[in-house]
Amino acid sequence: MAAALQVRRLGKRFGAHAVLREIDLAVREGEVTCIVGPSGSGKSTLLRCMAFLEAPSEGEITVYGAPLGFRVTESGERQRLPDSDVARVRRNIGMVFQQFNLWPHMTALGNVAEALRQVRRLPRREAEARAMAQLAKVGLAERARHYPSQLSGGQQQRVAIARALAMEPRIMLFDEPTSSLDPELTGEVLNVMRELARAGMTMAVVTHEIGFAATVAQHIVFLDDGRILLEGTPQSVFAQPWHPRLAQFLETYIDRGAAVLLQGAPA
Amino acid sequence: MKFDVGLILSWIPAALAGLEITIAVWLAGGLCALALGFGVAAARRFGGALVDRALTLYVALIRDTPFLIQLFLLYYGGPFVGLELEPYQAGLIGLTVYGSAYFAEIIRAGFEAVPVGHQEAAICAGLTRAQMVRRILLPEMALLVLPPVVNMQILLLKETAVLSIVTVPELTMTLTSLGSEHFAFAEALSLLAGLYWVLVEVTGALGRFAERRLARLSFAA
Repeated sequence: MAAALQVRRLGKRFGAHAVLREIDLAVREGEVTCIVGPSGSGKSTLLRCMAFLEAPSEGEITVYGAPLGFRVTESGERQRLPDSDVARVRRNIGMVFQQFNLWPHMTALGNVAEALRQVRRLPRREAEARAMAQLAKVGLAERARHYPSQLSGGQQQRVAIARALAMEPRIMLFDEPTSSLDPELTGEVLNVMRELARAGMTMAVVTHEIGFAATVAQHIVFLDDGRILLEGTPQSVFAQPWHPRLAQFLETYIDRGAAVLLQGAPA
Repeated sequence: MKFDVGLILSWIPAALAGLEITIAVWLAGGLCALALGFGVAAARRFGGALVDRALTLYVALIRDTPFLIQLFLLYYGGPFVGLELEPYQAGLIGLTVYGSAYFAEIIRAGFEAVPVGHQEAAICAGLTRAQMVRRILLPEMALLVLPPVVNMQILLLKETAVLSIVTVPELTMTLTSLGSEHFAFAEALSLLAGLYWVLVEVTGALGRFAERRLARLSFAA
């Protein structure tokens, strides 16, 4: 299947510290790609590079064939593209953050309608109608007039997803979308994401939700210490944890799962 | 010697005239100081490293000296460099410059307190940098700085008393001169303190009202 977003030989350094090294990755059209790995493995940095919130130090990212942020010339030199060009390519991408990042001075509806009004220049009525439709999709139509401070974390994240979807991106990037939520609220966000995946949205998801990754993703990327250690289908990656580093990583999840079961046992 | 309440009552019309001037110079000076402080903070944030360094020095120079001395220098020292100012002009310029340094610091901290993620979300949604600043950064900053701005305006209100030394006939000058005329300082200063107290309480209540009204626009937990 065709790559919607292609990462080639990507490296990212912060000072002398190499966070990502020689990353090659294809986010394929219509697929869910889950990026998993231990803390500090560089997964969030990789996703932020895919939205050009971080500028890669090396390599290239293309979105439907168009270079994002840097162009590699025929002589192999990297050339920074102007912001307007970055913005044009970024239009294909919707981003959802761990911290939701809703704008606190706008209602849920205002958050979703903002870019429709400012970027698409839609009249207020039309922008709000479209925003309302997006909120309905994530089950929050009746919360449209609430401010973020009046919503639960799960509801805020669903508004953030609706905000990203309103601009009709072809690829959705999720940066640990449930990591700031307690388990009860995690479910409602994952359900919205499952729905989105079922509808055929191309998604790249950095997550600690191994269960979600195993059941929803077509493509698992296991990152360790800034490199891709393993990748493939969930079956090939999770069912045979033949790599010691992956086995060790999954072990901690099994331990944590067991702990939850024990705590939840009736007295 | 006895505390003369009758004397205080007889001063009320004069005191109200002084109060009116106090309020006028405070509102004018406070608003100009806020505007200049915003300009300084915005220039520091968006104007590049050199502008930032120059304005850091400006803020330091003003914060490092007492308002009394600054106003003295402006009004009595100004003529030596060809700067002849009326008392009101000196008072207004003095308040504006003095307050601007503090407002600049409040607003700088406000800019820094707006989460970077909120700005990134705007850029990811397709807003241009200018749109992001206008629609996200400035409103969020304004909400964050409301309490310290009200606090600073209260401080400036009381600093208007210093304008009496350059003969602006505001509340402090009016009542201290009545006090020395009648040799009744306790009465004069009691009335003076009482009137400032009322003015500050009213301002503080307005600030709290605004904060309550805007509370739901603040950051979610």
